[in-house]
Amino acid sequence: MIQTESKYQADVLIEEQGFDDHFHDHHHGDKYQTGFIGHYVFSMDHKVIARQFLITGMIWAIIGAAMSVIFRLQLGFPEENLLWIKPLLGKWIEVTDGVGKLSPEFYYALVTMHGTILVFFVLTAGLSGTFSNLLIPLQIGARDMASPFLNMLSYWFFFLAGIIMFYSLFLNTGPFSGGWTAYPPLSALPQASTGSASGMTLWLVSLTLFVVSVLLGGINYITTVLNLRTKGMSLFRMPLTIWAFFVTAILGLLSFPVLASGFFMLIFDRSLGTSFYLSDIFIGGQALDRVGGSPILYQHLFWFLGHPEVYIIILPAMGIVSEVLAVHSRKPIFGYRAMVFSILAIGFLSFIVWAHHMFMSGVNPFISNFFVFFTLIIAIPSAVKVFNWITTLYGGNIRLNTAMLFAIGFISMFISGGLTGIFLGNSSIDIQMHDTYFVVAHFHIVMGVAAFFGMFAGIYHWYPKMYGRFMNETIGKVHFWGTMLCAYLIFWPMHYIGMAGVPRRYYSFDTFDAFKQFSDMNKFITVAAIVAFFVQLLFVLNFFYSIWKGKKMTKQNPYDATTLEWTTPIEPIHGNWPGKIPSVHRWAYDYNKDQREYVPQYIPLEEGEVGDH
Amino acid sequence: MIAQEVKMESNNFSRVNPQLFSLWVGMASIVMLFGAMTSAYIVKKGAGNWLEFSVPSVFYISTAVIVLSSVTMHAARNAFRRSQEGAYKFLILATFILGLAFLVLQYQGWSQLYGNGVDLKTNVAGSFFYLITWFHAAHILGGIGALLASVINAYSLKFKVTDHRKNRVEMLTHYWHFVDVLWVYLLIFLIYIK
Ligand code: HEM
Ligand SMILES: [Cu+2]
Repeated sequence: MIQTESKYQADVLIEEQGFDDHFHDHHHGDKYQTGFIGHYVFSMDHKVIARQFLITGMIWAIIGAAMSVIFRLQLGFPEENLLWIKPLLGKWIEVTDGVGKLSPEFYYALVTMHGTILVFFVLTAGLSGTFSNLLIPLQIGARDMASPFLNMLSYWFFFLAGIIMFYSLFLNTGPFSGGWTAYPPLSALPQASTGSASGMTLWLVSLTLFVVSVLLGGINYITTVLNLRTKGMSLFRMPLTIWAFFVTAILGLLSFPVLASGFFMLIFDRSLGTSFYLSDIFIGGQALDRVGGSPILYQHLFWFLGHPEVYIIILPAMGIVSEVLAVHSRKPIFGYRAMVFSILAIGFLSFIVWAHHMFMSGVNPFISNFFVFFTLIIAIPSAVKVFNWITTLYGGNIRLNTAMLFAIGFISMFISGGLTGIFLGNSSIDIQMHDTYFVVAHFHIVMGVAAFFGMFAGIYHWYPKMYGRFMNETIGKVHFWGTMLCAYLIFWPMHYIGMAGVPRRYYSFDTFDAFKQFSDMNKFITVAAIVAFFVQLLFVLNFFYSIWKGKKMTKQNPYDATTLEWTTPIEPIHGNWPGKIPSVHRWAYDYNKDQREYVPQYIPLEEGEVGDH
Repeated sequence: MIAQEVKMESNNFSRVNPQLFSLWVGMASIVMLFGAMTSAYIVKKGAGNWLEFSVPSVFYISTAVIVLSSVTMHAARNAFRRSQEGAYKFLILATFILGLAFLVLQYQGWSQLYGNGVDLKTNVAGSFFYLITWFHAAHILGGIGALLASVINAYSLKFKVTDHRKNRVEMLTHYWHFVDVLWVYLLIFLIYIK
C-alpha cells in the first residue's frame, strides 16, 4: 500500500515511473532571464500569468462592487444627501441647495459599468483566466501552455482593455451608460445620450481588445488540453476542472467572434455612417436619415455570444466545485461520466437558446417556442450536475473548511437561481417578468453569486499552490457566512419586487404609484449590499495578509488529493516538475478505494486492481 | 528562472504539432466571425429593404488570382520539403506577388461597385458587401505579412530545411489555403444570395 507520507515520495515515484520529455535538453541556461520584469511583469510562466489574472480581476471586482454600492444608495435612499461622495465623483454629484444627488446619467453609467466589468473582466478573465492558466498545465502534467508567448499576450490584451475602460470612467461625458448589453440605438448614435459619445467608443475598443484576449487564451487552453497531456492522461482520466475549462474555451472561441462581428457593425454605424442597426429614429422630433437597418439584428448577434457567455462564466466554477467537493468529501465524484456529458450537453445547448433573451423584442412567437423548448432542456444536464454534487457529499467524510463551504454554497445558489431560470424560460411568463427585478435576481444568484462562490472555493483551495501559504480559515468562514447570508438577503426580496412588475434600470420610482410602495424593501436591499461589500473587504485583507503572513505550506500534498498539481515542488519552478513529468495510471477520483484513503493519479495499479471506474 | 525558454513540443504520444493545431483552432474562430456576418446578412435580407446588385466583374479575376496563389503556395511548400532552394525562392515570391495582386484587384472591384452606384451607406446590402469583403481583405493582409517575412527570410538567410522552418512553411500554407477557400465561399455566397 502506498501512502505519500513523505513529501519526497511523489518525487521518487515520478523519477522511477515518470515520462522523460528531455526537459533539460532544451535548457538554454538563463539567457532569457531578465530579473524582475521577466519574472513578474512580462512573464510567460502560466503560474505567474494566473496570478496576474487573479489580482487584476480582484481590483476590477472591488471597483465594480463599489459602483453597485453607489447606485444602490440612490435606489435605497433617494432622499439622502450624497455630498460626501463628491470628492470621488465630482460633477456627477449634482448639488442643489447644499444637497448632493447622484446625476441620473451617471447612475446609468454606473449600472452599465458594473455589469460590463463584472461579466467580462471579473467573471470571465478573473475566473477562467486565473484557473485555466493555473490548473491546465499542472493537472494534465504539462510543462506550460502550448504557447507561453500567446498566453502572455492574452493577459496583456486584457490589461490594455482594462486600462481603456478605466480611462473611460474619467471622460467629461462619462463612460457608456446604455446597459452592459449595449443595445442600439443608444450604443449606435453618439448623440443618443452623454455616455453614447466617447464613452461608447472606448467601451467598444476595450471590449474588442478583450475579445482578442479571450481568443488568444482559448486557443492556448484548447491546444494544451488536446496536445500536451502527459502519458496515460486520457481524456476520461482528466479531472472535471480540466473538462470544464476545456469546454469553456471552446464556447468562448466559437461565440466571441460573433460578438466581435456585431461590434464591427456597430463601429461602422457609429463611425462610417452605415445603418446596420438603425431605422425609423427620431431625435428631438427630427427624423434621422439613417434607415433600413434593424436593432434586433444586434440583439441576435449579442445574445449568440451572451448566452454562451453565461456558461463561460459558470462552467469553470462548476469544474472547481466538483473538484473541491470530491477532495474534501474524500469520495469519488459521483457519476463522473455523467458530469462530463452534462458539461458537453450544456455547452452544446447554450448555442441554441439565445433568443430567450428576446422573447419581448418582437421575435415571432412561433419561433419563440423553439427557444422555450431548448431553454427548458438545459435544466436536465444542470439537474444531473446538481444531483451528482449532492450525492458526492452524501456519506462523505466531509472536511468543512472554507473552500468546501463555498463549494456547498455554490450548489445552493445554483439551485435557487436555476429554478427561477425555468420561470423565465417560458415565453408567456416572461411577458410579466422581462426587464424586471426578477431577472436581476435570477442572474445575480445563478451567475453572479454562484460564479463568485466557485471562484472563492478555488482561491481558498488552491491558494497554497499559488502562494505557498494558506489563507486564514477563521476569517474565511466569516467571509463565507457573511456572503451567503447577504446574498440571499439582497436577491431574495428582488424576486418579489420583480413579480410585482418593478422594472430594472430605473433611476427612481418616486413618481410611480405602483412601485413606490417598495421603498422599504429597497432600503433593506441596499443595507444588505453595503454589508456584503464590507464582508468582501475581509476577503481582500485575508488574501493579501496571507501572501506574506499566512500559515506556510509544509507538505507537498496538504489535502491528500489525487491530482497532479500536488506532485510539484512546494517552491514552484519553471517547467513545473524538476525532472521527469509524472505519468498517469488512473482517473482523478480514487478516494477511499479498496481500503486506501486516496490514491494519486501517478501511482500504478496494483496487482489485480481494477483501474478507472 | 521563470523566463527561460521552455520548448513546447508535443509529447511524443500526441500526433499534431501544437502550433499548427493552434492555428486551426484560430481559424475556427475566424470561420465564426464570417459565419456571423453572413448569417446576419441573410437575416437582414429576409427583413426587406434590400438593394439587389451583382458582384463586380473584377472579382472573378481576383478569384482566379487567389486560387492560383494557393497553387504556388502549395508548390512552394513541396519545394521546400524537397530542399529545392531555387524553386522555393521563386514560388514563395510568386505567392507574395499574387497576394498583393489580389488586394489590388479587390480594390478595383470596390471602385467598380462604387462607380455602379452601390456605396457603403445608402443601403444595408451595400454596407454588408463592403463589410464582408473588407474584413476578408484584412485577413489576406495578415497572410501577406507572414508571406513577406518568409520572402525576406528566403532571400536573406542561408537555405536550410530545419524542422522549425518546415513547420513555419506548413502553417503559412494552411493559413493561405484557408483565406483562399474563405474567399471562394464568400464569393459564391455573395453571388447567389443577393
Ligand atoms: C435552467 C437554467 C436557466 C434558464 C432556463 C434560464 C433562463 C433565462 C431567461 C429566459 C432569461 C431572460 C429573462 C428576460 O430577460 O426576460 C434569463 C436571463 C439571464 N440569465 Fe438565465 N437561465 C438559466 C440559467 C442561467 C445560468 C446558469 C446563468 C449564468 C451562469 C444565467 C444567466 C442569465 C443572465 C446573465 C440573464 C440576464 C441578462 C440580462 O438581461 O442582462 N442563467 N435566463
Ligand atoms: Cu440566456
